[in-house]
Amino acid sequence: MRRFLFPLAIFIVLVGFLAAGLRLNPREVPSPLIGKQVPAFRLAQLQAGDKFISAEDMRGKVWLLNVWASWCVSCRQEHPVLIDLERQKKIPIVGLNYKDERAAAIAWLNQHGGDPYLVSAVDMDGRVGIDFGVYGVPETFLIDKNGVIRYKHIGPVTEEALKTKILPMAEELARG
Amino acid sequence: MVERLRSCVVAARESALVLRRLLVVMLLVLGIQPAMAVEGMAQPVGDPVVEARVNKLAEELRCLTCMGQSIADSQSSFSADMKREIRAMIVAGKNDKEIMEFMVQRYGDFVLYRPPVKSTTWVLWAGPFLFLILSLIFLLMKLRKRRGQDAAELSASEHQQAIELLGKRGVDRP
Repeated sequence: MRRFLFPLAIFIVLVGFLAAGLRLNPREVPSPLIGKQVPAFRLAQLQAGDKFISAEDMRGKVWLLNVWASWCVSCRQEHPVLIDLERQKKIPIVGLNYKDERAAAIAWLNQHGGDPYLVSAVDMDGRVGIDFGVYGVPETFLIDKNGVIRYKHIGPVTEEALKTKILPMAEELARG
Repeated sequence: MVERLRSCVVAARESALVLRRLLVVMLLVLGIQPAMAVEGMAQPVGDPVVEARVNKLAEELRCLTCMGQSIADSQSSFSADMKREIRAMIVAGKNDKEIMEFMVQRYGDFVLYRPPVKSTTWVLWAGPFLFLILSLIFLLMKLRKRRGQDAAELSASEHQQAIELLGKRGVDRP
């Protein structure tokens, strides 16, 4: 009996590793930008094409940068959550309209219940997206008063993610 | 005799025809294939030296939207953007190291197919070799133990017992 114990132990350890590996989401790549300054950008606004928005404009506020696009299917899922969040006036949301057409983006907002964004920046060729390490849309960054990225949420923002992680962190940052 | 010669000529002519057809087919295949390959490529622009460098770097980078494919292999828009960025940086005179750093700053070590050895990745690099060494040690220990068993000395009483058994056998045998 004892001679089976050792292989069994190895087997159990192996299963443990594989089980842990299965639970990891390969799409959730840890961002190296956490704790770093938000990449500088200056882009045209979506609704007012002659005005610009830059990261500097948000200095002194705790804010969310939400990367979205009209072609992004999961964005539909998070859109009502963002609209609800905007109504609560707890935190300003800046949109980064990623690799999209201006007309399509505006039409999409009108179609899906409104514009939850303080302002959306138009990143037509995706250059600013690359600076933010964007590889999938939607992605959401929590940025503090000094313009340091504190948290990155990959995938659609959910009520639960807001309640358990993003909003508590934002409140903490606003106080500090 | 003439009959046989004629059939020979016909056969030769026929096989020549077959060969010629085969050649045409081969040429068609050879001629068409590269054209199709070029059509399928993402924007084959400009300087071949720059393109070669773009490709070399793109092979070292993981396409984060398509997992398990390099940026060179992938046709996704993410990879196209990355290739565009790499191309722009090469044209701007950046060296390979600077370009790789640019990518790592934004996408982390995960974007590299050969991540650097550091505290978080050494298990990844050393793990297989550690495992090999451990298994070798285990194997050696097992082998040594087995050899020890083979050569085990019999105690005096065991020796006596063996002789008795063998002796009895010898007697019993016809």
